Amino acid sequence: MTKITDTKVPAGPLAEKWSNYKATAKLVSPNNRKKFEVIVVGTGLAGASAAASLAEMGYNVKSFCFQDSARRAHSVAAQGGVNAAKNYRNDGDNVYRMFYDTIKGGDFRSREANTYRLAECSASLIDQAVAQGVPFGREYGGYLRNRSFGGVQVSRTFYARGQTGQQLLLGSYQALLRQQKKGKVKLYTRHEMLDLVLIDGKARGIIARNLDTGEIERYAANTVVLATGGFGKIYYLSTLAMGCNASAIWRAHKKGAYMANPSWTQIHPTCLPQSGEYQSKLTLMSESLRNDGRIWVPEAKSETRPPGEIPEEERDYYLERKYPSFGNLAPRDIASRAAKEQIDLGKGIGPLKNAVYLDFSKAIEENGKDIIAERYGNLFTMYRKITGIDAYKEPMKISPAAHFSMGGLWVDYELMTSIPGLFAIGEANFSDHGANRLGANSLLQACVDGYFVLPYTLQNYIGNETDRSTPPIDHPAFAEAEDKVNRQMERFLSCKGKRTAEDFHKILGRELYDKCGLLRTKKGLEEAIQNIRRIRKEFEEDLMVPGDAKEVNSELEKAGRVADYMELAELMCIDALEREESCGAHFRAEHQTGEGEARRDDENFSYSAAWEWTGNISAPNLKKEPLIFETVTPTIRSYK
Amino acid sequence: MKIILKIWRQKNRQDKGEFCDYVLEDVTRDMSFLEMLDMLNNKLVKQGDRAVEFDHDCREGICGQCGVMINGIAHGSLKNTTTCQLHMREFKDGDTIYVEPFKASAFPVVRDLKVDRSSLDHIIVSGGYVSVDTGQAPEANNIPVTYEEAESAFDAAACIGCGACVASCKNSSAALFTGAKITHLARLPQGEKETASRTMAMVDQMEQENFGHCSNTEACQVECPENISVLTIARMNYEYNRAKILFKK
Repeated sequence: MTKITDTKVPAGPLAEKWSNYKATAKLVSPNNRKKFEVIVVGTGLAGASAAASLAEMGYNVKSFCFQDSARRAHSVAAQGGVNAAKNYRNDGDNVYRMFYDTIKGGDFRSREANTYRLAECSASLIDQAVAQGVPFGREYGGYLRNRSFGGVQVSRTFYARGQTGQQLLLGSYQALLRQQKKGKVKLYTRHEMLDLVLIDGKARGIIARNLDTGEIERYAANTVVLATGGFGKIYYLSTLAMGCNASAIWRAHKKGAYMANPSWTQIHPTCLPQSGEYQSKLTLMSESLRNDGRIWVPEAKSETRPPGEIPEEERDYYLERKYPSFGNLAPRDIASRAAKEQIDLGKGIGPLKNAVYLDFSKAIEENGKDIIAERYGNLFTMYRKITGIDAYKEPMKISPAAHFSMGGLWVDYELMTSIPGLFAIGEANFSDHGANRLGANSLLQACVDGYFVLPYTLQNYIGNETDRSTPPIDHPAFAEAEDKVNRQMERFLSCKGKRTAEDFHKILGRELYDKCGLLRTKKGLEEAIQNIRRIRKEFEEDLMVPGDAKEVNSELEKAGRVADYMELAELMCIDALEREESCGAHFRAEHQTGEGEARRDDENFSYSAAWEWTGNISAPNLKKEPLIFETVTPTIRSYK
Repeated sequence: MKIILKIWRQKNRQDKGEFCDYVLEDVTRDMSFLEMLDMLNNKLVKQGDRAVEFDHDCREGICGQCGVMINGIAHGSLKNTTTCQLHMREFKDGDTIYVEPFKASAFPVVRDLKVDRSSLDHIIVSGGYVSVDTGQAPEANNIPVTYEEAESAFDAAACIGCGACVASCKNSSAALFTGAKITHLARLPQGEKETASRTMAMVDQMEQENFGHCSNTEACQVECPENISVLTIARMNYEYNRAKILFKK
């Protein structure tokens, strides 16, 4: 076990670190930038904003996504909003407070300097998005509107109805396509990255499969950026899109990029509960609903009456009871765990007793239906479409579901992974959220990384490079990577077993939910590791993928993604097992207070766990990055 | 419930294609339409047959990637709904359902129910943006946007780019898609400056992409998952005429 000491965090007081960095970072002159090629994989908020910004500066960008259009990346689905320390409400907000809320929300398990920079750059993002034509909610006088999100006591969340992610993404997608018109961006849609190519230890290209033709293609560049999002879909049932996957970052991991805190998955408290075996996803209902909705369960375990007939005194508004100062706006990890606690006590509601009520009757009584409809109309409509139930008349039924990966590729202050020349931005990295992400910080991080951080740090890397040429794609490193990709696909196609990739994915997901989800134990994790090895073996022997590699073949695409999940799942369990403490979303039953709250162990576990691939899935090498708190003092995280 | 499916199968762009029949016995009312197709594919793959290829991703009605013709209607008969948000409770036991790809010469079939909608991206490439670089933006509250302006811009900006408007139009016109983007940006002070050049470029591109002309049947709005108003088409026509008369480059 070794320590990571060089995180490239600049010197100086916290508030001046980013300015200091920018003041001394290497530049590349505008005339020279056109000589450099940058590959950006992923066209969500992080990828599109980075690709557009770099192209505007003058770099030649190749942008890849597996969807049929760059506009469909999963950032599109974020509903509630984006945070920024503008203090437009005059309610005591500022950069430091936003930084503190975020680092506390993450249970003091993130790097101070990165988290501070996130808050520091937040205001510029709102300016940029407004200039792009993002139709944020407005007051009647024309000024921007705000609301509140979990884990904070100010109103700093900007929103565009319940479609903030969609509108922000359209802004960056349009910026990206504007650069395509200028010839600075070449867009490769329906292309999936299948391997990273290293030359002399540096990231210099990728192997991608054209999903329309099945052709394996080689792309070379001076540097590679991964903006491929999170991997919550590993749980199968999740709030993520069906295509979300870990393949790009996992294959980069196997080429030497460390994976940090991979087990830290946010389980979102307000999702639609599972209703049957056939189900393919758990739709998220925005956290913003908790501004007006009240969460409760019946006091009695075997309650059979419909919610409207249960009198007030026989309801338990457990978040308001347990966390009076934050109430229904307690952070996500806490709200999810509290829901699980009620469900485990037998107080769950719905046919499978796996949900809790989210009730708007009081808010409708106080504000009128019209106001509630204006705030959340599209969410109520979505709820009705999926469940057939009118939430204006009876409470919603909600349940926790896998949502966001706080873990991801380890990156330094420059967002560069442990492979020189390979950057990871947005949810694909582990950087800013610690052990729990606050609501409306996800869109923010993706945008800040892409618009405001990477353009400086990537340029600093290019400026320092002595080899300024783009490698030829007939370099042996490309041939070797391509060969490996082809051999894997041949294995899938020739297996001719009896089960589909999705069958295996569902089994793996259930295992992770049970043993590496909201509640983890040593025993459970050890069992999970054994089970995952068995499932992985069965996957290798009993997989069925019909068809051919040289054509559209979605089963083949799924097989590759599930194969990577099979390996990542084991690392997640190893990571969760190693961390003998509870922090944020990582809750080990062995480490809790008398009241059932997470008990952190700063003395022994104040570090980020960065795992290095060794060639043996079951024996990764742990590198610890100590978390150094120069400005804040980690305290017990209380929302009571 | 039992569902009889007649699904369009086509190997590639050149293949002629045909309807194939499938029967599913254990469909439940709470399944989404795509989960019903998952069920079919799971069955087909286990028999060693090729899965029915269809586009989908977020499955919550926002990414715009899914979309098929269900009994001749884009995204099915439920109003203002994407295919992924359509549930089997809209059908009855024993129903026969015809499933076809979106059909338009600007949307060539890739395989089975998957079509290539990059023509819509090309329209955006031609001018569907505000010309602002990262870093150039002024303080956000410097330019007030009234509540009404923002809301009406949003109504147009809500387009998810699924192409149902094109598939529903007897002329395969992309007027609603193009009109929505022109209206979104024209309604905001940030986008309004470039309206004339943007409108001319986007309308020209729309014509180059093999989309037909709008003939005002308004079928597009009826099938639009986001209920984008045909008034955006009127706005596009207004801006186009205004630009032709007043705009000099």
